[in-house]
Amino acid sequence: MVYKFTKNPEKRTLPRMEAMAKWMKKNLFSTKANTVLSLFLIAGLIKIFTPIFTWLFVDATWIGDAAACREGSGACLAFINEKFTYIIFGPYPREEVWRPALTMFLMFALLWWSKEPSRWSKKLIKWWAGFVILGWILMSGGLGLAPVKSTSWGGLPLTLVLSFVGIFISYPFGIALALGRRSQMPFIKSICVIYIELIRGVPMISLLFMSSVMFPLFLPEGVSIDKLLRAQVAIIMFISAYMAEVVRGGLAAIPKGQYEAADALGLNYFQTMRFIILPQALKIVIPPSVNTAIGMLKDTSLVIIIALFDLLSTTKASLKDPEWLGFSVEGYLFAAFIYFILCFSMGKYARRLEVEFHRGHKNREVQI
Amino acid sequence: MSTNPIIEMKNMNKWFDDFHVLKNINFKVTNGEKIVICGPSGSGKSTLIRCINRLEVHQNGKIIVDGTELTNNLKNIEKIRAEVGMCFQHFNLFPHLSIVENLALAPMWVRKESKKEAVERAMHFLEKVKISDQALKYPGQLSGGQQQRVAIARALCMKPKIMLFDEPTSALDPEMVKEVLDVMVSLAEEGMTMLCVTHEMGFARQVADRVVFMDDGQIVEEAKPDEFFDNPKHERSKEFLSQILH
Repeated sequence: MVYKFTKNPEKRTLPRMEAMAKWMKKNLFSTKANTVLSLFLIAGLIKIFTPIFTWLFVDATWIGDAAACREGSGACLAFINEKFTYIIFGPYPREEVWRPALTMFLMFALLWWSKEPSRWSKKLIKWWAGFVILGWILMSGGLGLAPVKSTSWGGLPLTLVLSFVGIFISYPFGIALALGRRSQMPFIKSICVIYIELIRGVPMISLLFMSSVMFPLFLPEGVSIDKLLRAQVAIIMFISAYMAEVVRGGLAAIPKGQYEAADALGLNYFQTMRFIILPQALKIVIPPSVNTAIGMLKDTSLVIIIALFDLLSTTKASLKDPEWLGFSVEGYLFAAFIYFILCFSMGKYARRLEVEFHRGHKNREVQI
Repeated sequence: MSTNPIIEMKNMNKWFDDFHVLKNINFKVTNGEKIVICGPSGSGKSTLIRCINRLEVHQNGKIIVDGTELTNNLKNIEKIRAEVGMCFQHFNLFPHLSIVENLALAPMWVRKESKKEAVERAMHFLEKVKISDQALKYPGQLSGGQQQRVAIARALCMKPKIMLFDEPTSALDPEMVKEVLDVMVSLAEEGMTMLCVTHEMGFARQVADRVVFMDDGQIVEEAKPDEFFDNPKHERSKEFLSQILH
């Protein structure tokens, strides 16, 4: 079955300015009291945001050294300029940073391509698998590229690897755990319940500590597992438990009649889940699962405690440069800006998916 | 019409926790027979037919469907479910699938038919329930009567030997009841074995070979429809009929 989505027909009939004026009149200036209130609030906003804007852009020192920054009254964007490579790429060897840069570029390109549900196919999974292999070679070396240990990975690529790999791998695990928790089989059910409750019952920091400090104690002498990999596993375990509860919520929202109809038609358990229950349940849980994903993306900054240099750690480290002391506001704002872009686009995309799937009931072209 | 039973229940009992829903049911249906089951709400009539395809599990006694006894054996349950079609009060169509996908899904995955074959039969049955022009729409875009006809067509696509109807018209607006009953009548005329829980007494008179009246988890009376409606033997039947026929 091929699914096709039709684009939303452009509905705007008024020119943009005219429509805006109309909107303002209706929503901001409809009565005298509203007009006064609107003007008052607008004045307040201007009062608050003008100094911020002036500080950040007008008075900012864009280029120069720390001394130039200290003389200026605005934000020290020269600091970001100076530390940009370190904040984004961390301790990755300077002359090789094109490799993580290319990896990230490829990832964003592939993400952009994958955003249309009509392109979700087995071929796309192969593309992603190809990307993972290519990305791995680019990041860690091989095929003529100088080897770079994972301990030197850092910054944005590390944050993206930890969170995206974590989210994507934990999604199917979460589904399996949720199904297990609703299973009729007591053994499977109790294992899933114990796992979910145990993992949800501890903070992520403790899981990360366990992965980095406790886990190696159980390994035979001489054997060591990559620290990044251990942290990744801990993150996957953590997110899976949360995803499981999110998916369980979706499963619980499917009416009993759907199960009965599938049973009555003779579909077995896996067919029922695959064709009837999960497509409906997963659609319902788009908002909460993206909520979890956004939370997890930000939670990856906790890996700082096991000395992995994610985006926030590299920002912090840059602030310690004795030459550039005192520009922490700029540094943190920059990191916040990147986190915001990532999280905001995830939320925005989820909203679009939701609308698309909802509309899909009406506008989808059916090819069978 | 052969006389060997296609469904047979022997001393069948069912409890919901402490509540004894079905009490010592002995009941036979021969191939091609049309049976209407009626009775007050809570009398166990829906539960009775839901036991036939194991949507409900009976605790003791025997249920034999087309020579296969219903036990916990999953293979047997799947085999019986593939032979027994069911229509529900609330249709239970799959809202995320188009009408034709609703119909073709089970034949493709349970009967392992090719997509072409499954879709062709789906269109054939949609034609039969006079709704083929809606094939590419979604359940939510159809009226209740249309949805119930789709549900009947969906069940028929599995080529069932027996059709179960669980109050198929009671969730419908009055003006849509007829279109669904018409489909059921034509199905009856083709010789399908049917068990129908309904209070449509006109339908019962027209097609039923037998009316089964249930009360309090027991089969109180079984009779030909004319006999049952005109001359009920039991007090409970008389009382029930006086309430629904006014």
